[in-house]
Amino acid sequence: MIFEYQTFIAQLTGQDIANASMYDGATGAAEAALMAMRVTKRDKVVLGNTLHPHYRDVVATYINNQQGASLVDGKPDAQTACVIIQTPDFHGTPHNLADWRKMCDETGALLVVVVNEILSLGLLPAPVEADIVCGEAQSVGVAMSYGGPHLGFFATKEKYLRQMPGRLCGMTVDADGKRGFVLTLNTREQHIRREKATSNICTNQGLMALAFTVHMALLGEGGFKQLSTLNHERACDLADALTKAGLKVENQNFFNEFVIDLGKPAQAVVDKLATQGIIAGLALSGNKLLVAATEMTTDEHIKTFVNALKEVL
Amino acid sequence: MVAERKIADDKTVVKVKNDMDIMDQTRGLNYEENLLWEKGYGDHPGVDLPTAKGTPSRTGLPARGKVGLPQLSEPQVLRHFVRLSTKNYSIDHGFFPLGSCTMKHNPRINEKIARLPGFGGIHPMQPESTVQGALRVMFELQEILGELTNLRGVCLTPAAGAHGELAGLMTIRRAHEMNGQGHRKVILVPDSAHGTNPATAAMCDYTLRVIPTKEGGRVTVEAFKEALGDGKDVAGMMVTNPNTCGLFESDIIQCADLLHKAGGYFYCDGANFNALVGKVRPGDFGVDVMHINLHKTFSTPHGGGGPGSGPICVNEKLRLYLPMPLVVKNADGSYHLEVEGERATSMGRLKGFQGQFGMHIRALTYILSHGADGLKQVAEDAVLNANYILSQLQDDYYVPFAGPCMHECLLTDKLQKESGVTTLDIAKTLIEHGMHPMTTFFPLVVSGAMLIEPTETESKESMDRFITVMKSVASDVKAGDSDKFHQFPLSAPRRRLDETKAAREPVLRWKA
Repeated sequence: MIFEYQTFIAQLTGQDIANASMYDGATGAAEAALMAMRVTKRDKVVLGNTLHPHYRDVVATYINNQQGASLVDGKPDAQTACVIIQTPDFHGTPHNLADWRKMCDETGALLVVVVNEILSLGLLPAPVEADIVCGEAQSVGVAMSYGGPHLGFFATKEKYLRQMPGRLCGMTVDADGKRGFVLTLNTREQHIRREKATSNICTNQGLMALAFTVHMALLGEGGFKQLSTLNHERACDLADALTKAGLKVENQNFFNEFVIDLGKPAQAVVDKLATQGIIAGLALSGNKLLVAATEMTTDEHIKTFVNALKEVL
Repeated sequence: MVAERKIADDKTVVKVKNDMDIMDQTRGLNYEENLLWEKGYGDHPGVDLPTAKGTPSRTGLPARGKVGLPQLSEPQVLRHFVRLSTKNYSIDHGFFPLGSCTMKHNPRINEKIARLPGFGGIHPMQPESTVQGALRVMFELQEILGELTNLRGVCLTPAAGAHGELAGLMTIRRAHEMNGQGHRKVILVPDSAHGTNPATAAMCDYTLRVIPTKEGGRVTVEAFKEALGDGKDVAGMMVTNPNTCGLFESDIIQCADLLHKAGGYFYCDGANFNALVGKVRPGDFGVDVMHINLHKTFSTPHGGGGPGSGPICVNEKLRLYLPMPLVVKNADGSYHLEVEGERATSMGRLKGFQGQFGMHIRALTYILSHGADGLKQVAEDAVLNANYILSQLQDDYYVPFAGPCMHECLLTDKLQKESGVTTLDIAKTLIEHGMHPMTTFFPLVVSGAMLIEPTETESKESMDRFITVMKSVASDVKAGDSDKFHQFPLSAPRRRLDETKAAREPVLRWKA
């Protein structure tokens, strides 16, 4: 099952290999930054676009505990270990990675791509340009459960295998020559390598990886892409309904989340709608509200939401 | 036989090596199962979804091409995973004495509560007014863990034991930096420590100084003093208590005093808290910060590698520096989750959202269903069971450190090794007898370690069966009948697996 999980993640991310899971997307991004520092022997981590604020904070915490390491916004230079790009970004916009790949090639930095909605990979191109792809797979088979346990994934190119954190399952044979599976390459890991390990991670998110693998097997090629398309279509429906109601959709492009401008402080609107049994979205600074639609969003939901918004605005 | 299969679309036909060979090896109820990708490519997925309307894409990027996923029906998928599940061994199958892992029974009431829609279905960033029940669960768990450890500052966010260690050391590091002691860069770790301890120290940019375990299997005051030196460069120490040899560190209070006088903090690895819960509060033996493995002591399921949950508990000296966010109780009785910038002294955020909330619910359910008397009995029975096994096997196996032990007992293969039978052979023999082996070759301080942790939920009958098998191995080896042990297991779904091949020629995913 873990071997099948690793295959699913590698296929979806367009990478060669994937590990057996990370705690969540945010810690996966932090481990990616540390791995890039090991590979490049550099200590500057660059955030190229709008990373989810929790991811940003977690990466900062891990980096701040490394002597001499720094975290900055902007573009890579000759001191940069990696650039982290989230796609779709925190505001919902998908990104073309070609230019970032070029900048990384020119500076010798690694390109770390964060995908915190794995379902987007059914509709958006595989991030093959990346050296490391990490993110969150909770939406496929795992409960929201107020933020955890979720499912962090981590995939990379084969050439970085020995610098990779986390458990790896590999295929082998038994004494009778029958195909079997083992946890392998553990000379990277803490129980063998101790202070020289690639990470201290030990227990990961095994049961969540199982739920994801079962769900992926049920969806299959057709179902996964269909689910992805439905998410996008429902988001388009929501955007159209909001535009029709006179609200401004900020994103030109999106997958299943986008930002709208409410024209008045968003937090107050979110709090007000909560009293009516509506979770409006995530209030960003000022008048901006981040909203999402999924395959579970119905026409009725959209209508109720838009009408409630009209009333409070 | 090589079979032909359509792979990942309905056109490409590839030859699948081993495919039918594997299926053909099925005998009786022992199903051989191939991988999802080798089972063909059906016309429909295993789920029914609404038809897409064909809305033009607004992603701004070209649509994804073929991913290469399999496509199977629901019964095919169901059978696949049910068959694979029969090749696993779990705590629900039988005895699981994996030392240091506390593989106790997971009470089913925990699962029922965690799956209530009001817990399982809430979004991590919902308005606070809509998640008061969830916040109360977290707050109550914080309070109880604080009481059980006498370390009253509790942060639930760490995702596993190793993550708790990271949280603890970063909290120590932050405290030193905020108090002008940022030059302290050394962490003292006994040689018997879990591998995560040195790995965690390295992730915090600390250097290690190892405390050698002397003959008794414990850290002595003398050995500690030597490692501490003048202590001016020492940030703290990481000690597991009871330690990985199954022994209570009897000099721990004196060591903690010396460490505190030298300005260091005492981190306790809580992996072995099952021996102490309800009986001893680590804050009372000098601990400043400790993680708790909810997936060990408090019975949350972690089969096959997680999820774990590793809250940390600290005393007043370190409370201000804990990771974000904590749950606090407002004056009006409502609960509040700290937001960024609210506690500027914090070491920062270590995980997305609030931690492994589903595990917090399970742990609180376990604690409340046991009560104070029940938890005390957990520790007592866990220690009793380990000592029962030690007393039954001490004449058959070498006991490196004299008992009584705490919740796990340590044996080695010293008496059997002369006849060529090692810890590995003994572990494989247990598999042949339908039992999970103990932890093998750990701790590293003895050769051929076998660390046995029965836990309190094991019956005398299953422990006796284990003892009988272990005794028969010892007596057969003594009688010169030792060759057979190298071939075990013979009856498991797979025999000994070639780990060297797996590492030398890594195959980490399926490929067409």
